[in-house]
Amino acid sequence: MYRYDEFDHQLVAERVAQFRHQVKRRLDGQLTEDQFKPLRLMNGLYLQLHAYMLRVNVPYGVLSAHQLRKLAHIARRYDRDYGHFTTRQNIQYNWISLEDTADILAELAEVEMNAMQSSGNCVRNITADPLAGRARDEIEDPRPWCELIRQYSILNPEFSYLPRKFKIAVTGAPKDRAAVAVHDIGLRMHHDAHGKPGFEVIVGGGQGRTPVIGKTIRDWIEPEEILAYIEAILRVYNLYGRRDNLYKARIKILVNALGLDAFRELVETEYEAMRGQALAVPAAEQERIAAYFQPPAWESGSDLDAELDTLRAADQDFARWFDSNVSAHKAPGYAIVTLSLKATGQEPGDLSADRMDAVADLADRYSLGELRVTHRQNLVFTDVKQSQLQALHRELQALQLATPNIGLLTDMIACPGLDYCALANARSIPVAQDISRHFAAADKLLEIGELSINISGCMNACGHHHVANIGILGVNKKGKEFFQITLGGAADESAALGDRLGPGLPQNELPGAIETLVDKYLELRTSESESFLETYRRVGMTPFKTAVYGDDAARRVA
Amino acid sequence: MTMLSPMTQALTANRLSDGRVVFLTSTGDWSADLGAARIAEDAIGQAELNAIGEQAEADCVIVGPYLIEVREAAGTLQAVEIRESIRALGPTVQAGQF
Repeated sequence: MYRYDEFDHQLVAERVAQFRHQVKRRLDGQLTEDQFKPLRLMNGLYLQLHAYMLRVNVPYGVLSAHQLRKLAHIARRYDRDYGHFTTRQNIQYNWISLEDTADILAELAEVEMNAMQSSGNCVRNITADPLAGRARDEIEDPRPWCELIRQYSILNPEFSYLPRKFKIAVTGAPKDRAAVAVHDIGLRMHHDAHGKPGFEVIVGGGQGRTPVIGKTIRDWIEPEEILAYIEAILRVYNLYGRRDNLYKARIKILVNALGLDAFRELVETEYEAMRGQALAVPAAEQERIAAYFQPPAWESGSDLDAELDTLRAADQDFARWFDSNVSAHKAPGYAIVTLSLKATGQEPGDLSADRMDAVADLADRYSLGELRVTHRQNLVFTDVKQSQLQALHRELQALQLATPNIGLLTDMIACPGLDYCALANARSIPVAQDISRHFAAADKLLEIGELSINISGCMNACGHHHVANIGILGVNKKGKEFFQITLGGAADESAALGDRLGPGLPQNELPGAIETLVDKYLELRTSESESFLETYRRVGMTPFKTAVYGDDAARRVA
Repeated sequence: MTMLSPMTQALTANRLSDGRVVFLTSTGDWSADLGAARIAEDAIGQAELNAIGEQAEADCVIVGPYLIEVREAAGTLQAVEIRESIRALGPTVQAGQF
């Protein structure tokens, strides 16, 4: 993984000192809240319902065991013994004191972490395929390019005051595990006609109150030109993006207003003026950054498929976990393991300090000290020997981190919702817990198969409900929480926005409604291999709507 | 449950130093306990609360003061809106168990 050089250390240390001084001036009354707010946001510090919330960057989701121990320490010393992994592969702390913030940032700097630009109208943490550099289906490891974009975009003065926040996601694999189509810029690696890897550039995707699937602005560009092309997009956005209306300020609104062709023409004009010049990444710099991401010293060995078959036959718990939580690794004899943060009744993405420490120890013992955060709020061990899978499974079981549900119904995304968030209209976490308990039976989950449920507590859609197979949006109607269901969304390479099922339901009716939808799917599917999404795309909304609302769809008002 | 006047309101904010939810009390302090809040039942009383809040914000004690609707129940004050109830009582989920 990337390691700070002397310039990184100096930059982060200076930033901590600067923020310490800003906090002091705020507490002394030299800065008003209006003056201080943009400064704290640029350092990841929000004021939420109960306290300050600090969002710490996990660059493209890559984390070391050493860093995770520091995150556990911060949870224990400065928060309430837990943290929350987010849909942008970061971690948030919910109970932070302003007075402690500079000390926390200083502690993070000790392990080469920071909170710069994790909020504010700037380029946010670059997100990526959590299996980057390890997945068997990958064309090329995208992390060196993520790191280049990170370095380019951090404290870039031209783009520190964009019309609105700006999110970039990157995948190096055809299977999209990074939701690139719902980002301001999504980069998807392809080969060109000559077999050279490069990026398809997708622009103007996003969720929130105006959900949009991004559009391909350029089919392919050489990777070394990607910074120039991103700069061209950011420059057009910075010039023409709206600043008069918070809700119309994202790049997706600009792309839709101008039309893709007109937007592309502006970008290409900017890009042509920069092509091959200062932002073209020299080969030596590419190699310098790529050196940080060289594969570890995997031990040579052959795949242990035969032995695994024996193990799976002898141990049903292991077999289920293997089938849902273990992915193919590019190195023979190794596997990628996803740790589920979705045990029955667990707050999606939350992890206690003690378990963070335990996970860090396991990462050292089983995964060469490296792990990843996924945008579905789970953790990944990148380099597990197949011969150690069963032992790891037992250790994860003891920590309630081996729930065999990755990609299944209870692997839900949920935002913090009204339990924590100042923007929320309704609670998300209790909804996820209700559904999790209702569908706790592993047999039923397996029968249902691949199915995503995402829950947002307001239309800002931090819980990604628009791109869930079953999306749940919390709303407040006349002082009561209701939940609107959408069907048919997808965040992968077949990205789509969900369609609204009907009027909102109260929380206590949601698990039953989900069960009704699932039962209808099981009845309608043509085979066990047809997923919920495939069935929905084939049969449409009507049978599901009728199943939930009957002939009396207007009975409920929400 | 005793319903106070629909105008019954208390003044809340977040404490500047640590962001914690606080309510203005009848003694002029800021307390985490909504039950200790000073209430106002008419426009004049609410204007007084707002004025105290503005001064406390200027004095760097609290951030973002505003009035919330409250009612009396089980011998204490409760927030009427769900959001304010969660602010007063904390999250409705028991976090940190996993």
